[in-house]
Amino acid sequence: MAARSAPDRTTILDARALARALQRMAVEVLELAQGTEDLVLIGIQRRGVELAERIAKLIEKDEGVTVPRGALDITLYRDDLETVGPKPVIGETRLPGDLTGKHAVIVDDVLYTGRTVRAALDELADFGRPKRISLCVLIDRGGRELPIQADIVGKAVKTGLGDRIDVLVEELDGTDQVNLIRGEQA
Amino acid sequence: MTAALGKDLVGLEHLSPEQIRLILDTAEPFKEVSERPIKKVPALRGKTIVNLFFEASTRTRISFEFAEKRLSADTVNAAASGSSVAKGETLVDTARNLEAMRIDMVVIRHGSSGAAQFLGERIRSNVINAGDGKHEHPTQGLLDLLTIRDKRGKIEGLNVCLVGDVLHSRVARSNIWGLLKLGARVGVCGPHSLMPRGIEDLGVTVFRRIEEAIEWADVLNVLRLQLERMETGFIPSLREYFRVFGVTLERLERAPRELTIMHPGPMNRGVEIDSRVADGPHSVILDQVTNGVAVRMAVLYLLAGGKPELADAAKRGGGE
Repeated sequence: MAARSAPDRTTILDARALARALQRMAVEVLELAQGTEDLVLIGIQRRGVELAERIAKLIEKDEGVTVPRGALDITLYRDDLETVGPKPVIGETRLPGDLTGKHAVIVDDVLYTGRTVRAALDELADFGRPKRISLCVLIDRGGRELPIQADIVGKAVKTGLGDRIDVLVEELDGTDQVNLIRGEQA
Repeated sequence: MTAALGKDLVGLEHLSPEQIRLILDTAEPFKEVSERPIKKVPALRGKTIVNLFFEASTRTRISFEFAEKRLSADTVNAAASGSSVAKGETLVDTARNLEAMRIDMVVIRHGSSGAAQFLGERIRSNVINAGDGKHEHPTQGLLDLLTIRDKRGKIEGLNVCLVGDVLHSRVARSNIWGLLKLGARVGVCGPHSLMPRGIEDLGVTVFRRIEEAIEWADVLNVLRLQLERMETGFIPSLREYFRVFGVTLERLERAPRELTIMHPGPMNRGVEIDSRVADGPHSVILDQVTNGVAVRMAVLYLLAGGKPELADAAKRGGGE
């Protein structure tokens, strides 16, 4: 990897912009769900879990109620388990009870091919029959391979095949930041 | 990552501490799958697994079968009696015939030490040892490790004593390897006639009296005394065995510190273990059974598929 030009890295959200995006997303979740009744926020491992936690806290601050949240690891529902090796580490799945009749909002950091969300939809169906499932993502980078779209988007960016989006969150990475790293063949 | 497992799981002797920890860590999330309303995930959908049991087994076979089904694999059970094995077919022929039917994995229990490795070297499918002669029973060793870690919060530095028929026990062997690799101190205690010669060379401490073992140990793993051992002269009588080596409430009351009681099952109540101990507050015997399913799911998940050439293709394809 020697003499090639250093990858082109741009910060697309700094800490303040990320905080503003989350605040707006929290309001949009409330509008979409028309309140907090039946609302459940489900973060996809790993960084979706932290983001769901933040959005839930923002809603709680505004509304003065507790919003149930859960964590979902979709590894065992991936459609490419056969081709990945070594096997991915599986994170915790923890849902706040039966989802039947709830409005489940899936929260993830980056929406790309849509395959993670497909897996999450399949997995959630094994935990009950929510009356509605919505999708809330911090970054929509395009590049869908499945007919899936987000209901709430923090920021949309156009990206190419070799690009990478790095979402950093205080809880895991010590800082709040979203970076776009342009790949060579872009 | 050097931790990835190979094609087969034959024993714990040749696994690294990292590989053992990988299996235990992977078993954790699988415990939750068995608590779900729908106890099933699609990870092994389309995989075909044969449970090839040349020796009688209820618990291990059912545990494997649950693990396989909860991962959505298709499973077939083949027992030795009433099969072509009874008609004199060799192990390799049986396995090759199964493989000709396009299976992906074999779980094998066999009376001969080394049978699992022998099979693994001759077929392409993944082979998991469910107990081979007096050699190893790796998934039992792993579920024991997981149960100790759950109950005591760690394995390193604990004193774990195996009590009873160490000589004939594949469970003992898998426990010894696994525990030593993860940094526990291992003791063994039982009649002289049921101790393998030279066992000290493995780095274990031999206790001649159960009282000494209880004084030393944080965990007692009480092995099943196979009743036919009495007929073959290894022990004089079951009553005498219980009197000298039985894990009784009276003996445990003299333990200087918290003691966790394990047993791989099936138990002979009143022979190697007192009912009041087996059902008592320090017993984790049923936790072992619960953890068995999770550990076997982890092993199946880690071994299945994941072929190196496919891994390279996946790396090129990228994705998250």
